[in-house]
Amino acid sequence: MSEAGSETNVSRVAVFDTHPVEPIDAESPLAWSRQRGLVDAAGGSGQVRAVERPFLGHLILRGGAITLDEAVRAELGINLPGKPLGLNLDADGSRSVQWLSPDEWLVIVPGGEEFELENRLRERLGDAHFAIVNVSGGQTLVELSGEKAREVLMKSVTYDVHSHGLPVGKAVGTVFAKTSVNLRRPSEDRFELVVRRSFADYCVRWLRDAGREYGVSVESPTS
Amino acid sequence: MFHIFCPYCDERREEEEFHPNGQAHLVRPADPDSVSDEAWGDYLFFRDNPRGIHHEMWVHRLGCRKFFNITRDTTTYEILETYPMGEQPTITAETARVRHEQGVQTADGGWQTVGARPENSTLNEETPS
Repeated sequence: MSEAGSETNVSRVAVFDTHPVEPIDAESPLAWSRQRGLVDAAGGSGQVRAVERPFLGHLILRGGAITLDEAVRAELGINLPGKPLGLNLDADGSRSVQWLSPDEWLVIVPGGEEFELENRLRERLGDAHFAIVNVSGGQTLVELSGEKAREVLMKSVTYDVHSHGLPVGKAVGTVFAKTSVNLRRPSEDRFELVVRRSFADYCVRWLRDAGREYGVSVESPTS
Repeated sequence: MFHIFCPYCDERREEEEFHPNGQAHLVRPADPDSVSDEAWGDYLFFRDNPRGIHHEMWVHRLGCRKFFNITRDTTTYEILETYPMGEQPTITAETARVRHEQGVQTADGGWQTVGARPENSTLNEETPS
């Protein structure tokens, strides 16, 4: 673990790289599910496919929309979603900024980029009133695709997941099964569920049950 | 199951996502050290329990996780309006039409709470509609 602190104005904030210098084994939030035989081999043939994207970098940004927008645009090249429930992605869809509440946004970047991004944002924001929290270890992202993905969601969330309720570029925090989820629609054929790490196994069990009639496969790239 | 309008998410959401958090617009005494025990106790423990219009604080627990206010009718459970923190309600018990229709009971004399002073029996009597 390496500690870094910028000399300028962030010295009072302890930042911390959660990726150790020497690579060590890490377990995805679905490790327990895999152990219980709930994770399938890649390339399932069902009508619903749930693929975990573990070890991404999740950052929570809090602060004023205008100052954060400038910094995020400069460092990430993505506009901060100004309107409620917005979701903005970069050109290839691997980085995203999601509106969580009027002063709170969720940034998801490929794993390993988050510490550097956090430092660059801190540097740029300087003395502005803001907070950045690395929540990568606390939540995971599950992609839901397939022709019956929407039917499975309709059984699971109270929100209207039809395209008029949840169009591409919208993301809502809502109830999934009996837990909370950030439900995102990055593209027409795909939903994303950002779930709590400790509820990942529960969500997978729920998805397997809800998708049983359509044929469902749950995959995690490390399996 | 019904829908509540969240003023921050700017759309109607399932009631399951929300949680009530008690009476809204409680003002903490500016200087708690110099306030009388009675007024402090009134602030701390006594809440309105009106028949009719009531202003409540709710939280969008499983959505944006922000607190906001609801004007609700305690007899019909009808939600009349929702508005963000820091704003004042447009519908109150003093609204003439509401007062006439509901026979709303409200505290007066500078007391936040109906019945905060039990020795004053007139405060406990219902306002005739």
